[in-house]
Amino acid sequence: MVEWTEQERDIINSIFSSLDYEDIGPKALSRCLIVYPWTQRYFGGFGNLYNANAIKSNPMIAAHGIRVLHGLDRAVKNMDNIKATYAELSVLHSEKLHVDPDNFKLLADCLTIVIAAKLGSAFTPEVQATFQKFVAVVVSALGRQYH
Amino acid sequence: MSLNDDDKAVISGFWGKASSRAAEIGADALGRMLVVYPQTKTYFDHWKDKSPSSHNVRKHGKKIMDAIGDAITLMGDLNNALLELSQLHAFTLRVDPSNFKMLSHNILVVMANYFPDDFTPDVHLAMDKFLAAVARALSERYR
Repeated sequence: MVEWTEQERDIINSIFSSLDYEDIGPKALSRCLIVYPWTQRYFGGFGNLYNANAIKSNPMIAAHGIRVLHGLDRAVKNMDNIKATYAELSVLHSEKLHVDPDNFKLLADCLTIVIAAKLGSAFTPEVQATFQKFVAVVVSALGRQYH
Repeated sequence: MSLNDDDKAVISGFWGKASSRAAEIGADALGRMLVVYPQTKTYFDHWKDKSPSSHNVRKHGKKIMDAIGDAITLMGDLNNALLELSQLHAFTLRVDPSNFKMLSHNILVVMANYFPDDFTPDVHLAMDKFLAAVARALSERYR
């Protein structure tokens, strides 16, 4: 059972309430596909991923990045029960999408870096620790139904 | 995953802009690592104050980043460039190599934080590869 302090809840709510999903989502996903090119294996039907510029301007990737980022909303709204909240999505990623769960961490790291670039001095060590704790819990919940 | 000529050019180009803040980058990265990955504090029991703004963290962070800056100029042959540091980490410091990843991650976070427009995905990719290569060279003498 993950414990959250009031301060941690405030930090997470603050980050997500002021988040520009249309900007951050595409940036995080495209960065993941560029920095860790093997993750492109899951995007065979997404058109041109030939180089960094193609990935960055690919509208299907952008749309998917927004979708994935909104997927975090349910964790923000259910911070005390992230494990159960993601049970269905975990099954989906395992049984249907066949995503290696190690990849979740790669995307989480890219998202952290995109948020670090966006928030500037507001991204203090404490904010970073809270954000990384949050994504780590989501990553763990997404990997839980794999067998 | 070794560094190719494109990576080296991208790294040199970015470091040309970032090197003037090397001390700050190192201090911030080390400070963040100790906060975000508290298990890393076990290597610094001899410091009373391990907070990001402490004298020890700032001094040691600068030391680390200066060494990384040197490694950038010698990235053609990291094993030789880092031979002595590898021996230090292997026989004296005995830092578990998994910790190199944690510090590298924080260096990347600080670079993105300080240079949001310059730390593009291409720069991120090249720096990630470089820091991984540094980590490999530092672990070279471990066993």
